[in-house]
Amino acid sequence: MNIFSKLYYKFRKLSKAVQLYLVIAGPGLVVMIADNDAGGITTYAATGAKYGYNLIWFLLILIPVAYYVQEMTVRLGVVTKRGHAEAIFDGFGAFWGWFSLIDLMILDWLTLVTEFVGMTSALHIFGVPAWVTVLGVVALMGMIMLNGRYWTWEKITMGFCALNLIYIPGAFMVNPSVSDILGDGLIPNFPGGFNGELFFIMMANIGTTIAPWMLFFQQSAVVDKGMQEKDIPWGKFDTLLGAILTVVVAIFIVIVTGTVLKGVNIDDASQAAEQLMHTNHYVGAFMAIGLFDAGLLGAICISLASSWAFGEIFGWAHTLNTKIKEAPWFYFCYFFALVTSGMVVLIPGAPLVLITLFVQVVAVTLLPAALVFLILLLNDKKHMGEYCNTFSQNLISGFIVVVIVILSTLYGLSVLFPNMFH
Amino acid sequence: MLSSLYRFTAKIREINHRYSKPHIEMSRAVKMSLLFLRVYLLVLVSLILYKFILMLK
Repeated sequence: MNIFSKLYYKFRKLSKAVQLYLVIAGPGLVVMIADNDAGGITTYAATGAKYGYNLIWFLLILIPVAYYVQEMTVRLGVVTKRGHAEAIFDGFGAFWGWFSLIDLMILDWLTLVTEFVGMTSALHIFGVPAWVTVLGVVALMGMIMLNGRYWTWEKITMGFCALNLIYIPGAFMVNPSVSDILGDGLIPNFPGGFNGELFFIMMANIGTTIAPWMLFFQQSAVVDKGMQEKDIPWGKFDTLLGAILTVVVAIFIVIVTGTVLKGVNIDDASQAAEQLMHTNHYVGAFMAIGLFDAGLLGAICISLASSWAFGEIFGWAHTLNTKIKEAPWFYFCYFFALVTSGMVVLIPGAPLVLITLFVQVVAVTLLPAALVFLILLLNDKKHMGEYCNTFSQNLISGFIVVVIVILSTLYGLSVLFPNMFH
Repeated sequence: MLSSLYRFTAKIREINHRYSKPHIEMSRAVKMSLLFLRVYLLVLVSLILYKFILMLK
C-alpha cells in the first residue's frame, strides 16, 4: 500500500508539473521550431543531399548553441518586462536603438519574402497558383492574429509547429540504414576533407540556427505572455525542448535527402520535394507540406517580431491580447509587412534569388550587434539583479557568441564574394 | 498629410529625447564592445559598398 501511495504521489506530482509546463510552454518551442523556416529547410535538404549523414554530429552541436543564446532572452524579457528593441534603446541609447530597429525591419521584410517564396514553391508542386497561396496565407494569418488573445494565437501556432514534425515519418518511409546513420553521422568527421564548400555548408547551418529576429521575437513573446520570475526555469526548459526539436527535425530532413538524393545538387527545398516525388510520392508530398508549414511558421513569427519591436519603441499598444481597434498600428505593421512581401513574390521577374542572398548579408550587420547587446544587458546587475549572467554563463555564451559572429560574418562575406573560400 | 508628417517627426524627436542617454553602466568592457561594433559595422558596410560598386562596373 505504501508503495502504491508513493507511486500515486509521484504520478500526481509529475502530472502537475506537466500541466504547469503546458501553461508556460510556447515562446521557446515556437521560436525554435519556426527557426526551421523555408530557408532552413533548404539548407538542411542541401546538407543531406551533398554530404549524406556525415554532418549530423555538427547539427547536434547546434542544440546548446541555440539554447544558450535564446535562454538569455527569456531571463531578460521576464526581468525587465521589455522586448529586445526597447531593451537596446534603453540600455545603449537612441543611436544603437534606431540602428537595430531599422536593420530588423529591413531584414524581417526580406526574410518574409523568402518565406513566401518557399510557401508558393511548395504549393506549386500541388498545382496551387502563387496568387492563391499568397492570398490564402494572408487570410489564414489574419484569422490567427485577429482573435484578440495571445493564448489562442500561441496554441494555433503550436499546432503548426506540430506539423513541422512531418519529416520524421517521411524519414522512416525512405528506409534509411540505422547503422550508416550512427556510423557516419555521430562521429565527428569532415567528408572529403575540410574545404571551402564544406565550410560554406557548415556556416549556412549555423546561420539558419540563430537569426536576429529570434532574439527579438522570443523576448517580446515572453513579455506578451506575461511570464514571471518564477516561470524562468520552465521558460528555460521550453527553450531547451524547442532547441532539441528543431535539431531533431533538421536531422530527419538530412536523413531523407541523404538517403534518397545523395549526390544530387539541391538549390532549394521545393526542388528536393519534386525529386523525392519521383522516388516516393508521399515522402515528396511530406517534404512539400513541411516546406509550406515552415514558411508559414517563419512568416507568423517574423512579422510579429517587427510589429512588437515598433510597438515597444513608438509606444503603441502592442499585444496580441488586444483587438484591432485597440492596437491599430500594431496590426497595421503586421499586415503591411505581410501583404507587401507577399506581393513581391507575385511580381513577374522579381529578383528573388538576389533577395535570398541579400538576407544573409543584412543578417550579419544585425546579428553581431544584437548578440553583443544581449550579453551586455545580461551583465547589467542594476536591472537584472540575481538573474544576471554568472561567470560560467558568460564563458559559455561569450564563446558561442564569438564563434557565431565570426562564422556568420564569414558566411555573409562568402555570399558577397562567392570565390572567397574556393 | 503634412500634419501626419509633423506628428511623426515629433514622435521621433520624443523617442530620441527619451532614449538620449544609455542606461546601462558604461564600464570599460561595454565601451570596448561598442567600439568593436562600430569598427565591425564600418568595415562591413565598406565591403558591401565595394561589392555594390563592383556590380555596377
